[in-house]
Amino acid sequence: MSKFMALDGNSAVAEAMRQINPDVVAAYPITPSTAIPQAFAQYMADGVVDTEFVPVESEHSAMSACIGAAAAGGRVMTATSANGLALMWEMLYIAASYRLPIVMADVNRALSGPINIHCDHSDSMGARDAGWIHLFSENAQEAYENTLQAVRIGEHEDVRLPVMVMQDGFITSHTMERVEIYDDADVRTFIGEYKPYYPLLDVDHPVTYGPLDLTDYYFEHKRAQIEGMRHATQVILEVGAEFGRRFGRTYSLFDAYRMDDADVAIVVSSSTAGTARYAMDVLRAEGVRAGLVKPRVFRPFPAQELCDALRSVKAVAVMDRAVSFGAMDNGGPLWLELLAAAQLHKLNIPIVDYVFGLGGREIKPSQIESVYRDLTVIAETGEFMQPVTYLGVRGEEDYQSAAPSLLPAREKGRG
Amino acid sequence: MSDIGTRWQDLPLGGVILEAGNSARYLTGGWRAFRPVINWVKTPTAKACTKCLTCWLYCPESAMLAVEGEFTGVDLDHCKGCGICVEVCPVKCITMIEESQFVEDPLQGAEVAA
Repeated sequence: MSKFMALDGNSAVAEAMRQINPDVVAAYPITPSTAIPQAFAQYMADGVVDTEFVPVESEHSAMSACIGAAAAGGRVMTATSANGLALMWEMLYIAASYRLPIVMADVNRALSGPINIHCDHSDSMGARDAGWIHLFSENAQEAYENTLQAVRIGEHEDVRLPVMVMQDGFITSHTMERVEIYDDADVRTFIGEYKPYYPLLDVDHPVTYGPLDLTDYYFEHKRAQIEGMRHATQVILEVGAEFGRRFGRTYSLFDAYRMDDADVAIVVSSSTAGTARYAMDVLRAEGVRAGLVKPRVFRPFPAQELCDALRSVKAVAVMDRAVSFGAMDNGGPLWLELLAAAQLHKLNIPIVDYVFGLGGREIKPSQIESVYRDLTVIAETGEFMQPVTYLGVRGEEDYQSAAPSLLPAREKGRG
Repeated sequence: MSDIGTRWQDLPLGGVILEAGNSARYLTGGWRAFRPVINWVKTPTAKACTKCLTCWLYCPESAMLAVEGEFTGVDLDHCKGCGICVEVCPVKCITMIEESQFVEDPLQGAEVAA
């Protein structure tokens, strides 16, 4: 029997970790993910998990300890945010290249500087080429369920890659929600037993991890790594479908909301998708045929699937909670990748970018409404003023939509 | 380690090496810039090798060869030319000589007898 609990996003992930009962957790606390290792350490102290908890002296050490424990043959988890993730940098690549299915909770927080503890996606987006699978969660429920599925996805024999599970710092991590926690035994049946490939603790079959890999083999190993990422898309779908059969909520690569008859669509991940759903329901009531696509999987990037989902609309706005400095038009990573996908998969519609919410800057329903309003104009004319808009930053007001708002007055007041 | 020519599909996951002690098959002699040359015969100005095995003990590459306890020479397939043997030799019978001295024609790369 499942039960409903009042949990914030961090506690929901800690619950998942308690149920997974990994062999090793090595972590160093950092805001806003601190509560995850804190809660887990409490489980340790209470004797409800069998895990070896390694309180390391930095995030570089945290990931290094995770790699060592995973190479030894353990099921391994950790949690971090922002600069903690940045300090793990070189080890992220090594975890992926050793094909160690470590699961990490990354509570999205802006990278310094200037120093900021609030949500944006610059931390995980910066690590997008490290070889990890990236799953984004809209709320505490998804953070919990993505964490459970991450174990299965990463450990799948066709994948064998580490997985990071994102949720929005403070917005999700520190907001109490009603979360359905499944029965421990059901979760453990779903997770299954971990079968390591080349465990160092198997002393009868000694292996070497991390040997010198020069011009003669490195390229072949990278190609093999790509194959794991290629298989991940199918495995994510299979695991998501099985999760649905067992627990009732089926997971895919992304969520499409009211896309069947949509003329315009916003593509946005994580907690902002909830805000966008509210704004578009209001617009729908006024006759605007608005749709929403919420990517859950960023790595591997579901290029063809996203393009197919957007094929019937006339204009698309990507909302990026990160910026790629110096990239094309200084846009965000989700937009850049979707534009490339549109070229490859012949999706010939205007796709614009709205960079928003950096450093936890609030994003309001009225601002999302303004994006839909811009899209309606772009859909009618087929043209746009600028490819990238910085939404909600002082000094850029001239570029915002001047159209009158349809949102209820109380929303306008907040906007 | 798999042999050169192995396709990516056939490599062990994660670049691990499944075979213990296989570094012997990785030839590092080509890294060498200077070659240790043993003086086997005593002359008025130079001492000969006494086969004391001190170099065998210190060589980090295990490139000093011995057969049934008797020193036989340098394994040039693995010697990287670090020169530690020269430093530790109690009779100073080992000399480091530039590799180019052993090549008749640098473009052809054919070796002359040492």
